[in-house]
Amino acid sequence: MSGHDHGDDGVSRRKVLECMTWAGTGVLWTITGGVPRSLGIIDSAEAATAAAPGMTFLQISDSHVGFDKPANPNALGTLEEAVNKINAMPAKPSFMIHTGDITHLSKASEFDNADRIISQSKLDVHYVPGEHDFLDEEVKFYRDRYGRGTKGAGWYSFDAGGVHFVGLVNVVDLKAGGLGNLGTEQLAWLEDDLRGKSKSTPIVLFAHIPLWTVYPEWGWGTDDGGRALEFVKGFGSVTVLNGHIHQVMQKVEGNVTFHTARSTAFPQPAPGAAPSPGPMKVEDAKLRSMLGVASINFKQNEQRLAIIDTPLQG
Amino acid sequence: MKTLNRRDFSVAVAAAILLPVTTARADDTNMEVHIDNFVFQPAELKIKVGTTVTWTNRDDIPHTVVSAGKFRSKALDTDDKFSFTFTEAGDYKYFCSLHPHMTGMIKVE
Repeated sequence: MSGHDHGDDGVSRRKVLECMTWAGTGVLWTITGGVPRSLGIIDSAEAATAAAPGMTFLQISDSHVGFDKPANPNALGTLEEAVNKINAMPAKPSFMIHTGDITHLSKASEFDNADRIISQSKLDVHYVPGEHDFLDEEVKFYRDRYGRGTKGAGWYSFDAGGVHFVGLVNVVDLKAGGLGNLGTEQLAWLEDDLRGKSKSTPIVLFAHIPLWTVYPEWGWGTDDGGRALEFVKGFGSVTVLNGHIHQVMQKVEGNVTFHTARSTAFPQPAPGAAPSPGPMKVEDAKLRSMLGVASINFKQNEQRLAIIDTPLQG
Repeated sequence: MKTLNRRDFSVAVAAAILLPVTTARADDTNMEVHIDNFVFQPAELKIKVGTTVTWTNRDDIPHTVVSAGKFRSKALDTDDKFSFTFTEAGDYKYFCSLHPHMTGMIKVE
């Protein structure tokens, strides 16, 4: 069992502190017996060892390449730190998913820079767009780079390690006063995509904005996310992964586990803890403890609500 | 304390009356909305036909200003501005297409 699985067997305080001292990485997942499980941070030999029997994949999110404000003047630099950590992993994950906001302003140069750094991981990367990736007038840059073979605004599915992965787009056609949006066309496609799949197939849905309602006052939720979740109700294992809120939260509801990821660029406040969800300026020494670090104990089939607060310090 | 003579007092009063009038005239044709902390301020603005409203994004996150079928800004980065001149009376509900929980209203008389 990994030292980073903060489960019943416990974890030392020193280990937890170690987990939180490096920058901008992602969440490493392993599939064991068809059940995705978070191994927390990714630069641990123990995590890699624990992951060995199953398939592992990595999640990174919210790179915001181009962001240069006080909360983090060098978002490209912290993304590169994250990729260096990925490259230093003793065992390579099978692939990576990026849950959106690759760029900050959808500029060609930002996509170029993101590509240049992320490709250094030499991993296949499956992207979904964040709202920051769709800011160019014709939404051309994202589609040209990452949209090939996808449907609509960029949704798609694929199978890996016996798991069915579905990348969803909930950042287009947003309605005044509303939250994230999947839309009828995408929902119809999703229903069709899942039809006929064995109920024992583990499902991983990933999208940028949380599909569950985290904090509607800040737009942290998806208006029609509930409809997508209806389609996966009958499946034995469903994992929903998101970015957007730049902090880790988790919820288990029936057979569905929801999990959000940290950013590699800048932290955002906990719901209601600030006047707005905007970038949170923290002490320089603290920044790296709030980027991309995860120490989550993921337990399947627990009925209780499990939202984990983001620790600022050990 | 220096006493104010009657003449000086009158001048001061006249200036005080004049000043707001002049400002109000300028405001009649140019109005400002700021975006701070993911909020349009003021959230509702009453203006006359012919008024130009200028939105300024003061957040570290880009926002847009969109009124369906009426006007649509590009993504406004920090300190970017967007202006629109209202030539027809009516209620213009608008929102940020990136953060749709941000809404505002321009009432044009």
